[in-house]
Amino acid sequence: MIAGISIYEILTLTSILFFIGIYGFITRKNLISILISIELILNASAINFVVINKYLYPEVLQGVFFSIFIIAVAAAETALAVAIIINLYRQISSVEVKDTEIMKY
Amino acid sequence: MDITYIILIPLIPFSVFLLLGIFNQQIKPAISGYIGVIGLSISALLSYYAAYQYFFVYGKVDEVYQTFVKKTVWMNFTDTLHIDMGILVDPISVMMLVVVSTISLMVHIYSRGYMKGDDGYTKFFSFLSLFTFSMFGLVLATNLFQIYMFWELVGVSSYLLIGYYYTKTSAIAAAKKAFIVTRFADFGFLIGILIIGYYTGTFDFETLNNPEGSAILNWASTSYMGLSVITWALLLIFMGGAGKSAMFPLHIWLPDAMEGPTPVSALIHAATMVVAGVYLVARLFPMYYFVEDGFALKIVAYVGAFSSLFAAIIAVTQTDIKRVLAFSTMSQIGYMMLALGVSGYKGIEGVGYMASMFHLFTHAMFKALLFLCAGSVIHAVHSNYLKDMGGLRKYMPITNITFLIAALAISGVPPFAGFWSKDEILVAAFENNRLLYYVALFVAGLTAFYMFRLYFGIFWGKETKYEHIPHESPLSMTFPLLFLAFMSIVAGFVPFSELVTADKIGFEGHMDYPLAVVAVAIGLTGIIIAWLFYKKENDLAAIFSSFFGIFYKWTSNKFYFDEIYLFVTKKIIFDHVSTPIARFDKKYVDGTMEGIGNKTVLISNKIKGLQSGRLQDYAFFFVGGVVVLALVFIYIWTN
Repeated sequence: MIAGISIYEILTLTSILFFIGIYGFITRKNLISILISIELILNASAINFVVINKYLYPEVLQGVFFSIFIIAVAAAETALAVAIIINLYRQISSVEVKDTEIMKY
Repeated sequence: MDITYIILIPLIPFSVFLLLGIFNQQIKPAISGYIGVIGLSISALLSYYAAYQYFFVYGKVDEVYQTFVKKTVWMNFTDTLHIDMGILVDPISVMMLVVVSTISLMVHIYSRGYMKGDDGYTKFFSFLSLFTFSMFGLVLATNLFQIYMFWELVGVSSYLLIGYYYTKTSAIAAAKKAFIVTRFADFGFLIGILIIGYYTGTFDFETLNNPEGSAILNWASTSYMGLSVITWALLLIFMGGAGKSAMFPLHIWLPDAMEGPTPVSALIHAATMVVAGVYLVARLFPMYYFVEDGFALKIVAYVGAFSSLFAAIIAVTQTDIKRVLAFSTMSQIGYMMLALGVSGYKGIEGVGYMASMFHLFTHAMFKALLFLCAGSVIHAVHSNYLKDMGGLRKYMPITNITFLIAALAISGVPPFAGFWSKDEILVAAFENNRLLYYVALFVAGLTAFYMFRLYFGIFWGKETKYEHIPHESPLSMTFPLLFLAFMSIVAGFVPFSELVTADKIGFEGHMDYPLAVVAVAIGLTGIIIAWLFYKKENDLAAIFSSFFGIFYKWTSNKFYFDEIYLFVTKKIIFDHVSTPIARFDKKYVDGTMEGIGNKTVLISNKIKGLQSGRLQDYAFFFVGGVVVLALVFIYIWTN
C-alpha cells in the first residue's frame, strides 16, 4: 500500500506499459527490440500481480511469489531467445524480422 | 494303435523348411542339401514304420481296416460344425504317406546333384521341404477344411517352385498360370465345402463318409436345378480336384509348369501334388458313390476318360520331352479318375477304387523315374528338345536302362508295375462301362507309342553330334534312378486288393487273363510302331503325320486350348468386362476422391498468403483475435 496512490492509478500505469509492449512487439523490425517489448509485457503483468495482491488481499502472498516466478521464467526465456537470435545471426548475418521469413518453410 | 508319432512325419519337413528358410544365407549349400535329405529320411522311415504297423500289425480288426483319428477342435462354429486339426490314419492316407515320402526323399537326393552350383540351392531345398510338409498335411487331413488349407499350401509351394528360375520370363508366367488356374478351381472347391458344411452340418470325413450316416442318407432332402445340393457340392469339390490334377478343361497349367527345375516336375507335377485330386475323390468316395446313385462319380469317370484320351493324343506330337511327360501324367491321372468313376463300393465291386489307388502308387514310382531320367538327360545335353538328342545310350547307360524300365512299366508290359495296376483299371472299366473300357484300351496303346517314341528318340534314333560329349550323371542322381527303377519293377507285386479297398475289407485279387492279354497286345503294338518309326532315322513318322494333315497341326498346338483361354480372358473378359469397370473406377470412384483432394489444394492455395512467416503478423492476428473474442464475450455477458 502506497499512501496517496490508489489501485486505479497503478493499473493504468501497467496497462500503458503492457500496450507499449504490444505496440513495440508488433511494430519493431529488430528481434532484440521485440525481445525487449516482450519483457515490458511481462513486467506489466508482474506488477499487476503484486499490486492486486497488496491492495485487495493484503493478508496473503501468492501474488508476490507469482511475480518472482514470472521474473525467473522471463530470465530463462530471455536467455533462450538471445541464444536463438545469436545462432540465427551466425546463419544469416541479420537480426531483422523480415529476414527470418525463410523459416516458414 | 498309438498314432501320435505320425504327427512327426509332417513336422520334420516343416522344421527343415524353417531352418533352411530363416538361415538361408548362413547355411552353406553343401550342408543344406544334407539337412534336407536327413530330415526327409527320418520322415520316410517313420512313414514306412507307420505303414508296416498299420497294414500288418494293428490296423486290421475283424478283417476290416480301422480308421484312427487324433484331433483337437481348432475353430468352433456350432456343436457339430467345427474345424478340427488332426491326423487321420486309414489305408489310403498311409499309402500316400509312403508314396510322398519315398518320392520326396529320392527327389531330395537327386536334387543334390541336379541343382549343384545353383545360386538358390538352400532356398530350393527349403521350398522342397515346405512342399513335402504341405503334402503330408493334405494326406493326413481329418476334415474338408483342413485338407483345403493344405491344398492351398501345396498350391503355393508349387507356385514357388515353378517360378524358381525367377529371372526367366516364361517361368514367371508359368508359375502365375499354374497358381491362377488352380486357384480358380479351388474357388469351386471352397464353395463345395461350404455347401457341405451348411447342409450336413459337419466337415469331418468320418461323419461324412459313414454309409449309414445322415450326410449320405439325407442327400435327397434338398435339391437345386434337378440335382441334390450334395451332388452339386461334390461336383464343385471335384472341380477343385480337377484343377489340381490337371483334368480337362483345367489342364492348361500343367505343361507350362515344366518350366520349373526337373526334380520339381518329378515330385510335384508327376507323383504327388497332381494326384491330390484323385486322392480327394477317393477320400470322399462313399459320398460320391452313394449320393444320388453316384451321379457325380459318373461325371468324374467321363472327365477322367476324356482327359486321358485328349492328353495322350497331344503327347504323341510334342517335341519337348518334359511336355510329353506332362501330358502323359495328365493322361495317367485321367486313368485313375476313370477307375474311381467306374468303381463300386462293396468287396470285389470296389476293384476300380483299388485299381485307382494302385495305379496312383505305381504311377508315382515310374513317372517320377521318367522325369528324373529326363532331368538326367537334360542335365547332360542342356536342351529339352528331342531334336537335340539321339543316340544317347552309349553315353548314359544307367539312364538308358532305367528309362527303359520306366517306359515298359508305363506301357503295361508284364511284369513291370504299370501292367498290374493298369490291368485292374481295365478290368474295372470292362465290367462297368464298355465305352470307357475301349477308350482306356486305346489310351494304353497311345501311351506305349509315345513313351517309346520318346525312348527311341532320346537313346537311339539319329546320331547327333554333341558340342560337349554327354556323360553319365553323378551318383547322387543315378542312385534315385536305380532305386525308383527297382520300385517300378516290384511295386506291382504289392497285394493292393488286400490292403487298400473302398470298404476297407480286403478281397482276393485275381488276374483276368483275356483282358490282360488284350491290354499287353495293344501296348506291344504301340511299342512296335514306335520302334518302326523312331528306332532308326527314317521318314515313316513324317509320312504318317502328313497323313493326318490338319489334325496333326491341331494336336501339336494342343488343340489351341491356350489360345482359346487367352482369347476368352484377354479379348472378352478383359476388354468387355474389366476395362469398362476399370474405366468406371478411374472416372467416378477415383474422380470423386481426387476431386475432393484437388479442391482442398485450391482452397489452401488461396489462403496460404496469410502465412507470411513474419513473426509480427502472427502476433498481430493473435492479439486481434484476443481482442475480438474479448469483445464477443463482453457483449454476451452484458446482455
